[in-house]
Amino acid sequence: MIKTLADLNAAREAYAPTIGLRVGNLDAKEGKIRKHILICGGTGCTSSGSLTIREKLEQVLDARGIADEVKVITTGCFGLCALGPIMIVYPDSTFYSRITPADIEEIVDSHIIGGTPVERFEFHEQTGDHHAVAGLNDMTFYKKQHRVALHNCGVIDPENVNDYIARDGYQALGKVLTSMTREEVVQTILDSGLRGRGGAGFPTGLKWKFAMGSTGKKYVCCNADEGDPGAFMDRSVLEGDPHSVLEAMAIAGYAIGSDQGYIYVRAEYPIAIHRLKIAIDQAHNEGLLGENIFGTDFSFDVQLRFGAGAFVCGEETALMTSIEGKRGEPRPRPPFPAVKGLFGKPTILNNVETYANIAQIILKGADWFASMGTEKSKGTKVFAIGGKIVNTGLVEIPMGTTLREVIEEIGGGIPNGKKFKAAQTGGPSGGCIPASLIDTPIDYDNLLAIGSMMGSGGLIVMDEDNCMVDIAKFFLDFTVDESCGKCTPCRVGTKRLLEILDKIISGNGELEDIDRMEELCKYIQSASLCGLGQTAPNPVVSTLRYFKDEYIAHIVDKKCPAGVCKKLLNYTIDKEKCIGCGKCAKNCPADAIIKTDYVAPGHKLPSLTIDAAKCVKCGACMSGCKFDAISKQ
Amino acid sequence: MKKKLTTVNFKGTKEQEEKLIAVIDKYAGVRGAMMPILQEAQEIYGYLPIEVQTIIAERTGVALEEIYGIVSFYAQFKLNPDGQIAVAVCLGTACYVKGSGDIVEEFSRLLDIPVGSTSADGKYSLEATRCIGACGLAPVLTVNGEVYGRLTKADVPTILAKYKD
Repeated sequence: MIKTLADLNAAREAYAPTIGLRVGNLDAKEGKIRKHILICGGTGCTSSGSLTIREKLEQVLDARGIADEVKVITTGCFGLCALGPIMIVYPDSTFYSRITPADIEEIVDSHIIGGTPVERFEFHEQTGDHHAVAGLNDMTFYKKQHRVALHNCGVIDPENVNDYIARDGYQALGKVLTSMTREEVVQTILDSGLRGRGGAGFPTGLKWKFAMGSTGKKYVCCNADEGDPGAFMDRSVLEGDPHSVLEAMAIAGYAIGSDQGYIYVRAEYPIAIHRLKIAIDQAHNEGLLGENIFGTDFSFDVQLRFGAGAFVCGEETALMTSIEGKRGEPRPRPPFPAVKGLFGKPTILNNVETYANIAQIILKGADWFASMGTEKSKGTKVFAIGGKIVNTGLVEIPMGTTLREVIEEIGGGIPNGKKFKAAQTGGPSGGCIPASLIDTPIDYDNLLAIGSMMGSGGLIVMDEDNCMVDIAKFFLDFTVDESCGKCTPCRVGTKRLLEILDKIISGNGELEDIDRMEELCKYIQSASLCGLGQTAPNPVVSTLRYFKDEYIAHIVDKKCPAGVCKKLLNYTIDKEKCIGCGKCAKNCPADAIIKTDYVAPGHKLPSLTIDAAKCVKCGACMSGCKFDAISKQ
Repeated sequence: MKKKLTTVNFKGTKEQEEKLIAVIDKYAGVRGAMMPILQEAQEIYGYLPIEVQTIIAERTGVALEEIYGIVSFYAQFKLNPDGQIAVAVCLGTACYVKGSGDIVEEFSRLLDIPVGSTSADGKYSLEATRCIGACGLAPVLTVNGEVYGRLTKADVPTILAKYKD
């Protein structure tokens, strides 16, 4: 039980040796332990089997009689999800990727016992024409990153509060409770320039300041309803470092004068929920949450609430309505939540990643934080990079890093020698950034200026095989489905917009449709009640701005240049290449493949052809043809 | 949210009802308890047919239409039970740009059921889900919770074959 700051300091000293080998403190001694083996327990690696790897590893270590010399730790996300499951051995920082249980015996015998890492399971990096083993510290993926919000992810055991304490955990809470006034805390956050990481970028300190000025019962909420498809920053923080969020919420509680916090987390994140529950229990047991924290008169408690799969609940007023147990519909602002929020009381709501920065700002100072980033966007930002990129995963970069650095250097470029076409940020509320703007430094204002937005941090990379009209339709499908229906511009407007896109994709578009869409987008943006509707047209607006020629190709030429939109595709069989084997005819669900009279020179059977009237354009013929005789255009 | 009414006959047991009542009583007096009650009710029954909603309405005193309003609002709440073999294909952006749209269509064709439905015999259900966050494995899907990643359309028959019997 930690009752004073001195207790916390004593605990930090006591637990420091238990993480020493992992954090470069090689003098640290903990019994006979000489190696730490870290296995990623994030959702990505768990899905690819990291739990069975841990089981196997423990069995083998036991069988070899060295279980007491090696500490096995399940951590949060290392970031390089594309290479999962990942296993890192310390103190030598050996990085094993795409491990299977069958590899474990060899790794234990050769590396852990023999001292020679198994090179063929190690991560190899291609730099120029150099292909070599790369340890954690020389990987390009990590070199350009700067980890603040993620500084504990992949280092500590998220289910062990002692690991967090050993890494200066709860020191910031101790500092504010014992030596700072509420005003000083708010001023520090204001001075740091921290802006909301959930998407809109509102200054966090300002939010706190407004709420501090209100009186009576207040609430501190955490938005962990990460609904942006393809984004998993918040989940990774919760899975890898849950205490950092609890600590920051308690600090916020002290600053605004609240004793109750709620975390609204997606029910689809079972691992994050499990670890949050453990973290809340541990914090209570240690006295770091609950009554009279650090012997002061400050008390704070955190409860979990589970989202139930409604994208609109990422909007602050909708989220609070949902915590109240109702349909998660937004309401007009003002009154802003800082005045009238959850249960009608003053409330602040911050995003997970925003909270993950707080403790470090308190400990290292506002100036330290403000020294990173650009003039108006301070600090770092976590991005989940996905789509057509080599290093799918989680990265944290200083604001102002260019998109090119993120995609080509950290991300490792586009796979299969394809060309970069666009990057999509901000999810369904954001836009597509074309290749011509790849040197844009990433910050809130730059992204807005080029028609996208920071959003929560999803970054989807697209190559020449992706059709931009199809992508716009994909996002519109999403918003039409997720529109709560409360206000007409969003409910009806997005549906009409989707219908026009459908018309274009089906080959029935007219040039006037482009004008219609542009006009409709303006109405939806300006007249919708909440952020969902106001930003819903962005995918259409930005693709129209940068990829208008693709829309025109769909409308005028009735062609999809990327070969995606099925109704505009035609499959044809090259009669010279076709040997008439009939495999395609067997695969065809519509009996659309028929024999011709033509026998190509050198072949025995007549070639086949496709009856365009019957063809359903499923592509089953093409994927089965071994002779490359079928093409689509 | 496109949701239809329950099409399967209700087969709740006395035991399930007792569990549900215990859950409702546990949350008596807690503010904003309707969401956790519905979530736990769905854990008990697997879905939330009108019969279950009625029990909750009567016990909590909240109007049935309000409860139905909540149930039909959130994607997580199901008005029909999953099939014995529940296929869920991720249609998050990262999976979509890597071809999960084709994969879900292939399941629909092979199982002969529309996306978002359960087959008449209750054996299969096919769902296009929101991002499940395993973007490193894109395109990804789950069958009864088991994760399959880095797929192409050609893998679909192999996956289904595993669950044939």
